[in-house]
Amino acid sequence: MTLIATQSLTKTYGGRVTALADLTVAVEPGIIGLVGANGAGKSTLIKILLGLIAPTSGQVSVLGIDPTTDPAAVRARVGYMPEHDCLPPDLSAAELVTHLGRMSGLPRTAARERASEALRHVGLYEERYRPVGGYSTGMKQRVKLAQALVHDPDLLLLDEPTNGLDPAGRDAMLALVHRIGTEFGISVLVCSHLLGEVERICDTLIAIDGGKLLRADHISAMTEATDVLAVEVSEGTEELAARLTALKLPVARDGRLLLVPLADDRTYDLILGAVAELDLPLHRLDQRRHRVAELFAARELTNA
Amino acid sequence: MPEPSSAAVRPAPTGVIHDIGYQRYEGPRLGRRHVFGALYLHGVRTVFGFGRSAKAKIFPWLVVGIVTLVAVALAAIRSQIGEVVATYAQFADSMSWLVIFFVAVAAPELVSRDLRSGVLPLYFSRPLPRTDYALAKLLALVTALWLLLGGPQLLMFLGAAFTTKDGMSGVWNELLDLLPGLLYAGLWAAVFASIGLLVASLTGKRAFAAGGVVAVFLMTTPIVGVLSILPSRAANELAGLASPTTLVRGTGIWALGDLLFDDGEAGLSIGGFGPVYALAAVLLVAGATALLLARYRKVAS
Repeated sequence: MTLIATQSLTKTYGGRVTALADLTVAVEPGIIGLVGANGAGKSTLIKILLGLIAPTSGQVSVLGIDPTTDPAAVRARVGYMPEHDCLPPDLSAAELVTHLGRMSGLPRTAARERASEALRHVGLYEERYRPVGGYSTGMKQRVKLAQALVHDPDLLLLDEPTNGLDPAGRDAMLALVHRIGTEFGISVLVCSHLLGEVERICDTLIAIDGGKLLRADHISAMTEATDVLAVEVSEGTEELAARLTALKLPVARDGRLLLVPLADDRTYDLILGAVAELDLPLHRLDQRRHRVAELFAARELTNA
Repeated sequence: MPEPSSAAVRPAPTGVIHDIGYQRYEGPRLGRRHVFGALYLHGVRTVFGFGRSAKAKIFPWLVVGIVTLVAVALAAIRSQIGEVVATYAQFADSMSWLVIFFVAVAAPELVSRDLRSGVLPLYFSRPLPRTDYALAKLLALVTALWLLLGGPQLLMFLGAAFTTKDGMSGVWNELLDLLPGLLYAGLWAAVFASIGLLVASLTGKRAFAAGGVVAVFLMTTPIVGVLSILPSRAANELAGLASPTTLVRGTGIWALGDLLFDDGEAGLSIGGFGPVYALAAVLLVAGATALLLARYRKVAS
C-alpha cells in the first residue's frame, strides 16, 4: 500500500508565492524523512496532507484517502505534532491529552487510559499531573508527541520534533520516533531542516527545496557502496597512487588525499602493505561514510 | 506506571515493572455528534471553572452565589408579605449587569485562551470541523447563561409553589409565569453569548477580550439614553434597538408582554415596533454567529 502519494502537487499563495511546485512523490509505510531548508515547503505539504489547506492544483492521497475531499477520514487516522508551541500552560499533560483524545472520538474512559499510555510511552510519568506551563522544552515536545499518538493513528506527521532541544534531547526524541516507527507499527513522516538528524532514523528520505522535489528514495539506495578509505601520506602521493593502481584498486585523487573504495577488510591490508613497501610516512588512513548530503549536493551539481 | 493488565500478571518476582509495550486501540471511535457533545460539555464545565484551577472558579461562583441569593431573598419576601416583588422577567432584567460581567469572564475563558496558547491546530488536525468547534463553544456559553438566569428563576418558582395558598391551581398559575420567564432568560442567553463570544474570539489576550465585551455592552447604553430623549416619538420607541440589553427587553415585551411584565413596569416603551425588535434580535444573533463562524474559517490555518 502506498502511504502518501502526490501527483503534480502545486500550492501558490496569492498567485505569487510558490510553496510547492509540481511535486510528485510516492512513499511506502515506514519512517520517512522530509528534509528541506526553512521555507522549502515542508509545513505546507503537511498541511495539505491533513486537509487543512487545499492545493492549487494536483492530486494527493494519504493512506489511500484524498484529504481534499474527505479530510475528516484522513485526520481520524493521522496524528499531527505541530512545530510551534501549542500547549495551554494551565492544564496538566494528562488533562490535555485526555481531552484531545476525546476530540479524536475516543470514549471517556478509553481517552483517559490511552492518554496515560501515550504519556508513558513518551516518558512522562508522575509529572503528567503538573501544569504544562512548568515543563521544560523537552517535556513539552513529548506532550506534543503524546497528543498525536493518543488516538492510535496509522500515520504520524511530525513537524520539526527536535526543535529547541539540546543534543541529548534531540537524540532521545529521535530514538523515540524511531521506536514508534519500528516497534509501534505506526508510519512516521518526520520533518526537519537537519539532514544529518533524520537520515539516522529514516527508511525513506524526501528532500525538497523551494517547493521542488530534489530526490525521494530509500535511504539504503542512497548510501549503498559509499564507504571509502581516505589515505594521506606526507610525501610520495604519486608513487602510492601508481602502486595502488597496480594492485587493481580504483584510486581517486582528492587534493592531497587518495580515495579508495572499501571493498572488504583486505583493502586495508593492501593499502598498508603498499605504504610499508614504499616506506612512506603515513599521515592518516580513515574510513569515510558518504553523507546523504553529498548525494544531494552531487545531484544538484549535475542538474545545474 | 504500567497499567495492571492480564498480560503483565504472570509468575514473576514481585516489584518488577513489566513494559507491556505499545498496544493498538481496537475500541470504538465515536462520530461527529459525540465529539461535538464532548466539546460542548467541556465548554459548559470550563465556564463554571470545573476541571480548572481554584482561581478560575472564584468569579463564576461568586456571580452564581449572588443571583441565587437574590432569588432566595425574593422568594422569601414574597412568601412573607404575599406580594410579588419582582416577576421572573424583572429578575432577569435586574441581573443584567451581572450577566454582562459573567460573559466578560466566561467568553474569553472559552475562546481567547485557546487562541493564545495556539492549541487550535491540535483541534483542527482532528476530524472535528471548524464550525463545530465554534458552535460547541457558543452553545456552551448560551447554556451557561441560561442556567445562570434560569436556575434562580426555578428557585423562585419553588419558593412560590410551596407557599401558595391556592393549592394545585396556584402552582399551575405559577408555572405558567415561570415558562415565559425561562424563555426570556433563553433570549438573554442567546443574544449575550453570541455577541460576547464573537468579541472574545477576536483576540487571544483575555484582558482585552473581557474589556471588549464589557465595552460593547456598556458603550451602547448611552446611545439608547440619547435616542430616548429626542423629540420624536418614533425615535424614542426605536431607541431600545441600539443596545443589546434594551433590545432583549423590547423583544420580550412584544413577544411575551403580559406574561412577563405588568403594564408600564417594563421601563421601555416600544410602541408598535415590537416586530422590529424581534427581527433585530434574530438578525443580531444570526449575524454574530455567522461572523463567529467566518472568523473560525480563517483562524490558525
